[in-house]
Amino acid sequence: MLRFLVRRSLGALVILLIISMVTFALFFAIPADPARLSCGKVCTPENLALIRHSMQLDQPVPLQFWHWFSGIFTGRDFGGAGYCNAPCFGYSYVKQEMITNTLIDRFPTTLSLTVGSAVIFLIFGIGTGMLAANKQGKPADKIASSASLIASSLQIYVAGPLALWALVYSTNWLQLPAYVPITQDPIGWFTGLLVPWLVLSLIWTANYTRMTRSSMVEQLSEDYVRTARAKGMSGRSVFLRYAWRGAMGTIVTVFGIDLGVLLGGAIITENTFGLQGLGQLSIDSIRQSDLSMMVGVTMVAATLIVVSNIVVDAAYALIDPRIRLA
Amino acid sequence: MTTQAKPEETAAPGGSSSFLSVRDLSVRFRTEDGVVRAVDNLSFEVERGTTLGIVGESGSGKSVTNLAILGLHNPANSEITGSIKLAGQELVGAPNKELEKLRGHTMSMIFQDPLTALSPFHTIGAQIGETYRKHTGASKKEARDRSIEMLTKVGIPQPTTRVDDFPHQFSGGMRQRAMIAMSLVCDPALVIADEPTTALDVTVQAQILDLLKELQQEMGTAIILITHDLGVVAKTAKDIMVMYAGRAVERGTVREVLKAPQHPYTWGLLSSMPNLTGPVGVPLRPVRGTPPSLINLPTGCPFNPRCDHLEQVIGGKCTTERPPLAPEAGHATACHLSSGQKQEIFIDQIQPRLG
Repeated sequence: MLRFLVRRSLGALVILLIISMVTFALFFAIPADPARLSCGKVCTPENLALIRHSMQLDQPVPLQFWHWFSGIFTGRDFGGAGYCNAPCFGYSYVKQEMITNTLIDRFPTTLSLTVGSAVIFLIFGIGTGMLAANKQGKPADKIASSASLIASSLQIYVAGPLALWALVYSTNWLQLPAYVPITQDPIGWFTGLLVPWLVLSLIWTANYTRMTRSSMVEQLSEDYVRTARAKGMSGRSVFLRYAWRGAMGTIVTVFGIDLGVLLGGAIITENTFGLQGLGQLSIDSIRQSDLSMMVGVTMVAATLIVVSNIVVDAAYALIDPRIRLA
Repeated sequence: MTTQAKPEETAAPGGSSSFLSVRDLSVRFRTEDGVVRAVDNLSFEVERGTTLGIVGESGSGKSVTNLAILGLHNPANSEITGSIKLAGQELVGAPNKELEKLRGHTMSMIFQDPLTALSPFHTIGAQIGETYRKHTGASKKEARDRSIEMLTKVGIPQPTTRVDDFPHQFSGGMRQRAMIAMSLVCDPALVIADEPTTALDVTVQAQILDLLKELQQEMGTAIILITHDLGVVAKTAKDIMVMYAGRAVERGTVREVLKAPQHPYTWGLLSSMPNLTGPVGVPLRPVRGTPPSLINLPTGCPFNPRCDHLEQVIGGKCTTERPPLAPEAGHATACHLSSGQKQEIFIDQIQPRLG
């Protein structure tokens, strides 16, 4: 297991290095001049040259990349803007902020949103899916299956405003979405995020219901499940100890990847509810052509996905003894 | 079907004392295409300490019959009628809780493919021990000791370490042995072996069959051996039942059925077996045609479209009337040919082919 983790972590570093090079190349080397973008409306050539020099854009691209890359490990000095401590992802001339600070500032919102809705959709998705698989072909299964089909075809920008209208504006049952740090006010944190959690988890619950149901149904028809019944195991034991055990692998795999994606920013949900998380940050930086910020967000999102992939593989080995890690 | 006499109902050939007694068993499945009559009016007995071989093509109802004995059919899409009595206890319609107590304890099953039939997620020891704990209430430690004992019995080397292995760490033959150990862990009185050697090569096959035989002698187990390999039956069984389209077409002792088969389908099965001592280059003679659809069976004898002896039956009864399995006791066939004709055809046409 240790060897696996070391090997995969090294592999992950290589992948992240490649991703960073590609994003850096795409955002810095190919499109519009970042210096002109941060130069303002009245831009004299002298001014532009000055900015370009301070942003080190007059240097060759590989050297720029090196400055950026080494900054992640050693920190970097941005002259007038101050010193950026490691891990330094650069400086946003648009926001006039160190990118690392912005990321640290925004991540808790996304993390709270993700963890809260993941708890909801795992409990309800897997629960409903198992119920449907257990009552296969009966009314309960048909209701659960159709409901999840409808819910999974909903879009957050439809369900979100609807939920706001139904739960907040017209009834005042729940609070308007807002992010309050859990350390400051746990109750405020909970009530402020409840509507986004419900809306985001509605669609994911539907997906997990369908996935759980289909993998349970598949497992229940496996030969080894029949063997367990032929041994006299009770229906409950067959369902949980055998079929669920087999279905777990699929669900853990998909969940790991989904978690990585969600942690990189639930763009539409954050946008719909005005939450200032990583997703909203990435949209804002695209709108404002804040290229260095986009590189920073991309790197964080990529890292989260790569790491969750490793965790998934390790978890899979724990679930399925046939998988050997080396 | 309703007009036809059911001789089995009036007098049970083996008497009601038979350990396993199956009477007029019918299993039907509702499908989108119609009702599949997988087993139709089947009756047979198995005594303690003996082996009944059930042979027939794929889809002849062998496995369905035995899954019905264990009560493993999904009640939502199947309909089981008739009677299955195990040591006097009626199994058809018995509550699931009752069947759970019997499965793995009094009756158990050895499945065909030991790779898919064993759980990949649990160790061999856990899978064997679980059955033991469920039925005897033993502790984990006792169950583990029992698993090791069973693995030793079925000839797994180093059972004390192998008990903690997963099925994928076992070879095919070892997996089948573990499967056998699992089904015998509670000393069941009835073991149903569903093609236990099909997935194995011939040398391992012989070992497994010997093992079953030894265990039977030791414990007095009744065994139902499902197979399509007549060689396997000849080696292990006392009685044979040949099944075709969900019905028994020939029944008797191994000697009777294999030495003097009386049914055209059995002749076909025997002729389609390669003969190792016969001349090389003689083509095999498969039973022509394909098994009938169980949704829409041919009228009369279900074997009539594939039978070579229709013209010899007076009055063309083969296409109009279903032959009953007769006589009630002893060597019986379900065929309209007279016993003299059967004798004659077998000696003149079939026996020379078998070599």
